[in-house]
Amino acid sequence: MYSFEPNEEQQMLVDAVGKYASTDLRPAAREAEESRELPKKLVGKGWELGVLQASIPDAYGGFGERSAVTGALAAEELAFGDLAGAFAIGAPNLFALPILLAGSEEQKKEYLPKVIEGEWRPYTAALIEYSFDFDPSDLRTTAKFSNNEYCISGEKAFVPFAKDAEALIVYANLDGRTQGFIVTKNAAGLTINNERENLMGLNALPLYRVKLDNVTVSASDRLGGASGHDFEPVLASMRLASAAAALGVARAAFEYSRDYAKEREAFGVKIAQKQAVAFMLAEMRTEIEAMRLLTWEAAWKLDNAKGDAFSEAYLASVGAADMAMMVTDRAVQILGGHGYIREHPVEMWMRNGRGFAMLTGLAMV
Amino acid sequence: MTIEFESPKPIAQTQFVLKTVAEEMMRSKSRYFDEHEHEIPWDYIEFMHTAMKTTGGGSLAPKDEKAEADPNKPKRPPIGYQLLAAQIETLAWGDVGMYLVTPGGGLGAAAVQAAASPEQKAKFLARFGGEKPAFAAMCMTEAGAGSDTSAIRTRAVLDEKTNEWVINGEKIFVTAGDKSFNSYEKLDRGFIVVWASIDPSAGRAGMRAFVVESGTPGVKIAKLEHKMGIRVSDTAAISLMDVRVPFDHILGSPTVEKTTTGFKGAMATFDATRPLVAASGLGVARAALEFLKEKLKENGVEIRYGLPRQKLSNIEREVIDMDIMLKSAWLMVLKAVWMADNKKSNALESSMSKVKSGDVTTKITQKAVEIMGPLGYSREFLLEKWFRDAKITDIYEGTGQINRLVVARQILGYSGSELR
Repeated sequence: MYSFEPNEEQQMLVDAVGKYASTDLRPAAREAEESRELPKKLVGKGWELGVLQASIPDAYGGFGERSAVTGALAAEELAFGDLAGAFAIGAPNLFALPILLAGSEEQKKEYLPKVIEGEWRPYTAALIEYSFDFDPSDLRTTAKFSNNEYCISGEKAFVPFAKDAEALIVYANLDGRTQGFIVTKNAAGLTINNERENLMGLNALPLYRVKLDNVTVSASDRLGGASGHDFEPVLASMRLASAAAALGVARAAFEYSRDYAKEREAFGVKIAQKQAVAFMLAEMRTEIEAMRLLTWEAAWKLDNAKGDAFSEAYLASVGAADMAMMVTDRAVQILGGHGYIREHPVEMWMRNGRGFAMLTGLAMV
Repeated sequence: MTIEFESPKPIAQTQFVLKTVAEEMMRSKSRYFDEHEHEIPWDYIEFMHTAMKTTGGGSLAPKDEKAEADPNKPKRPPIGYQLLAAQIETLAWGDVGMYLVTPGGGLGAAAVQAAASPEQKAKFLARFGGEKPAFAAMCMTEAGAGSDTSAIRTRAVLDEKTNEWVINGEKIFVTAGDKSFNSYEKLDRGFIVVWASIDPSAGRAGMRAFVVESGTPGVKIAKLEHKMGIRVSDTAAISLMDVRVPFDHILGSPTVEKTTTGFKGAMATFDATRPLVAASGLGVARAALEFLKEKLKENGVEIRYGLPRQKLSNIEREVIDMDIMLKSAWLMVLKAVWMADNKKSNALESSMSKVKSGDVTTKITQKAVEIMGPLGYSREFLLEKWFRDAKITDIYEGTGQINRLVVARQILGYSGSELR
């Protein structure tokens, strides 16, 4: 059957996460962006909502089952509050979910409880590389196998919380396949830049450049164990997270500019009463709806192991990135000069909105 | 409730069956009827009538879904509109013009279904299950009243001596007007549904629909339009001069209250029909996109899904964008009809699906022609025809602009007077 409404459990999660996003994340977002720092307490409170914990079965210390649909719902809500905050709260997902999806039984037992029990702690992953033609399926960072060990070399960019992370998954090219490797913080040859990345947006999120100079990990630290893993489900999960977060940012921009247009007067009427503005808003709302449904369908297909789930996740991420750019750009346009100044959040959302085209790898659902 | 995208079995079955119909009876005749405007595709009409009669109602309209007789059986959720949308999309994939010539009442019957009393429904709709196929049409548009239906000038006056309505006016752009009104040996008697004012001083509140049976004196098919596309579907101009219809042919209340609820009720018909028209457009878009992909493949152009955008060729980007547009637009249609099936108010979703489909259908067909170059422009292939057929999607059943207006009013909480 077709059905388009979250179930009761999902709705409860959406309500709780949405409330946190509106009352905690959103009010702190501008200050965090300007000061380049997210308050620890804020992230901690988001962590306690238990989005990741509910994706992990009790055998590994969690209390639920992973669902990409549920994850997408939560990611949209978080990003509706603030994208940097959403990525920060979800940083441990980048480590835990690949292990859950693709890891060996030993890896799950060893790492999952550590990540999800107790407070938020920095765990992360390194996928993105600093080149214009970065392609997650054709990485420049390499892994070579010899003497029952893997030797990893290369450079990774935009790695969240790399400085403090207890452990991270590094994705590298092993004989043409993208494979994940679990690397712990004291590994020899692992260097993390002291300087954080300086980006157009997402300034509250600490992102780092990471160098790997012949970092050696044992065969058992390859994600999935000796035979490795399929990267497609991991990548699809990243793409869906990106699409869902794009929905959240776009919805924030849409609602803000809609409300502004209903307040702002020009020529004796509210500007929302002008078709030029009203039609922009109608198209923004329509595109958000279109990409939400595509994201949901892709997530549902992933959860139900449908054949075209991976390609649909790709389409959703590409479509949602375009949509987020279009919607956030128009939100700034509707506010006009007021949209361009940093007193209103729409300029920040527009900067964040541009990121979805290249930031796959910063979130997972 | 839940979030689920499993296509129900009856939908998959109907798509499978209708695909054969679309290929054998529609595609193969597409070019002929495009080049012989106003000829009637009797084979298709008779085949569809027989097929629909065998499977049920004799029309494509969703049946009233009754609760299962056995209370112990789990109740299946209703899917009538979803099924209909899938059928329409598949038929339109075959040939959207010919789909519009599917017998069974079309928009005329939909208006009766939406606004008539049970007695009226019995009286007017029974014919569609009869021996011969029959048509019905909706007469709304006038030369001076397109999207602004409240500007309709056709009048209906009650003659109290005979208890008949007397209708005068001129209607244009009546889909299937000819087949619904003129008599054909191969057809059962049809009807047209005429929108007219019973009280011009009341504005929209005075607007009513009247069933005018085929052959009623005073009605004249003034002309059949020559169109850019969907040429197999007749589009009639109809003049009504002192047309008399019995009192009980009025749909809705014969008295006028100074509210617009009556008119809003009429507009609500569009909530049901807009996603269906959107579905018909998407059938054309899918035909064009599939053709484009096939031709590209023949010419050794591979679409590398999964690559970052900046590594894709322009053609690959265009095709991937088309996939995104088509898939997401179809999901919007599905959501709108799913809401209709589940009796949820869908004014917003219905209009959004039409906005999106109008855009997507025109863009995909236009881009496909562009990418195919001279082959796209040539009448050797149907692609150029689909380009011409597609454009109407963004015009009929509310233009893209009217639907944007409806969406905007919904999301802003504005009335028609607050956002004109």
